[in-house]
Amino acid sequence: MTLANATGEKYAADFKALTESRPVSDWMSELRQSGWDHFDSIGFPTARRGNELWKYTNLAALDQGKFGFQFDEPGAVEPDVLRERAPWSDDWSTLVFINGRYSESLSQVSSGDGVQVRNFSDPANSESLRTNLGTHAAVDENAFSALNTAFLVDGGFVQIPDNREDTSPIHLLFVTTSGGSRAIYPRTLVVSGINSRSTVIESYISLGEEGGFTAPVAEYVLNSGAGIEHYRVLVENEESFHIGTTRVYQLDNSTFTSTSFALGPKIGRNDVHVLLDAPGAECTLNGLYLTTGDQHMDNHISTTHAKPNGTSHQFYKGVLSGNSRAVFSGRVLVEKDAQKTQAFQKDLNLVLSHGAEIDTKPSLEIYADDVQCAHGATAGHTDPEAIFYMQARGIDEVTAQAMLMRGFASEIVDMIGVDGLQDYVHGVVEEVIPRLQAAAD
Amino acid sequence: MLQVTDLHASVVDADEEILKGLSLSIGAGEVHAIMGPNGSGKSTFANVLLGRPDYVVNSGVVTFDDEDILELFPDQRALRGMFLAFQYPAEIPGVRPWQFLKAALDARREYAGEKPLSVRDFSKLFDDKVEAVGIDPDLVKRSLNEGFSGGEKKRNEMLQLEMLEPRLAILDETDSGLDVDALRIVAEGVNSLRSPDRSFLIVTHYQRLLNYIKPDVVHILVDGRIVETGGPELAITVENSGYEQYITAAMAD
Repeated sequence: MTLANATGEKYAADFKALTESRPVSDWMSELRQSGWDHFDSIGFPTARRGNELWKYTNLAALDQGKFGFQFDEPGAVEPDVLRERAPWSDDWSTLVFINGRYSESLSQVSSGDGVQVRNFSDPANSESLRTNLGTHAAVDENAFSALNTAFLVDGGFVQIPDNREDTSPIHLLFVTTSGGSRAIYPRTLVVSGINSRSTVIESYISLGEEGGFTAPVAEYVLNSGAGIEHYRVLVENEESFHIGTTRVYQLDNSTFTSTSFALGPKIGRNDVHVLLDAPGAECTLNGLYLTTGDQHMDNHISTTHAKPNGTSHQFYKGVLSGNSRAVFSGRVLVEKDAQKTQAFQKDLNLVLSHGAEIDTKPSLEIYADDVQCAHGATAGHTDPEAIFYMQARGIDEVTAQAMLMRGFASEIVDMIGVDGLQDYVHGVVEEVIPRLQAAAD
Repeated sequence: MLQVTDLHASVVDADEEILKGLSLSIGAGEVHAIMGPNGSGKSTFANVLLGRPDYVVNSGVVTFDDEDILELFPDQRALRGMFLAFQYPAEIPGVRPWQFLKAALDARREYAGEKPLSVRDFSKLFDDKVEAVGIDPDLVKRSLNEGFSGGEKKRNEMLQLEMLEPRLAILDETDSGLDVDALRIVAEGVNSLRSPDRSFLIVTHYQRLLNYIKPDVVHILVDGRIVETGGPELAITVENSGYEQYITAAMAD
């Protein structure tokens, strides 16, 4: 092995123990091994020189061997606790994973209309799981995709049949509880059939105060004319490390519309790449991130237009306070064949304190000549003119500032088209606003 | 109601004073107009009265109902019954007029020891006023003032004036950029609110708004001071002969 440090030894031992104690099918076992081999050869991307992809995010704290795979059975979680703390509706099909392990008793899946919503190990899963898993978030995608694949046990597999019209939400809920500095590797694969519609929510929450390390990987495959409305909700605690990798593969005339919400963990990364690999595909990536204290949230968002007539939007907003830091590194690549591409990028930030820092870097890389692209980014404090205006109507300064923050966030929150989820995110934003204000200048 | 004595004010961090000893007194139920050439300090005065943080008061006294208000925050002045209709209303992204006015009215009622209006009662009041002021109902579904035309912004200021029913309303060049129809709406709003215990201070460059709102007292402000005070006829004089004579006289001082 090449990983010589404490993390390397610990992960190597964990991987060996995993292969013995948590056997999986042959093909998955091979996939695991390829994941491990890759991670073993590259390790965590902690280099500080020449490491453009991780320029703003230092993972040294993650590389000290603190976190490891836990072999204990996931602790019991009361259903009421989930209903209270997680986005939840009994109208949704929900798969629950506690510390990375599937919980059949907490999950509730409505059957019907041919949709498969199952844990990976379910023998009823179609061949599509095997042919797609690890194809779009390959092990050589990044260290975390490799690590996640090496430690594959459970995961959410969603197969949407062709022409399905029902869009009642499918929810993949990944919960971390306290105890033992856990590293967990949530995994999601969604394959949507031709001209199908679906709504998929991924959410990540922690129930305890203790920090964990979560490295989720999600793969989305959209066949011709498929539409997925996607939500990603990150509400883990302030001690958590969360390095997420999302890979989306789109065929012709498919539409992927995603809204991400991230409440800053200690160190967070939302790494999304969408490949528009056939003509006429459309993708919208919206996001809201809120950071305070010493939190760090890195949004690494990229879209590749490989074929003509595609449309893409990246629209992220951030509110930063305290000594927190956030990154928006948005990239749109328009390849030579991708004529008539339309691509728009925007990142807007409210920076409430001098200690907070936003590094925003929208970039367009265009190799086609007939395209329409635009990008922009801003960072500023709440507008003093607006505050005075509101004060002149009898609204005190703190309330006025909160209203402006709420208004700023609402542009993204209002895009959430699932009622129960919008209410949940709205509630989290309301809870956080006073904390952001307390750490503002 | 409002007593201003020898008020001196300047822009924060600037040496030169804009208000150089301004004094005036507005009684309950009176409508006063302040007229003056560009740069005379009219808007500064209107904004200083509400405590805009861009200005600093160097000396002088301002009392509202015999209370010294210069140490009060803008919102505390507003809660006591002062109102400024802005010349350039700020855009409030993500906040709808409805939400904004509910928050403002709730604050005012709480200060007065009253319960906030129920959503239903508030909505009814709001809808009635929106109709009365002639605002496009679609407009109030948008973010406050965002993408509003000049005229729409001014109507929206009048909506707020009617909803909040202040005791002293200061209109800062509300007439600028308005067509005759909008001007009439502003005037109707003000006239309908005139009452023995409500006063108005109308800041304007031109006399034309005063054709619709008849002031009790007209002040001419030049170079940071009131140089002439008279009845409504003073506005006509200014309209006919301009500010030149007052400027010349002020320069000669």
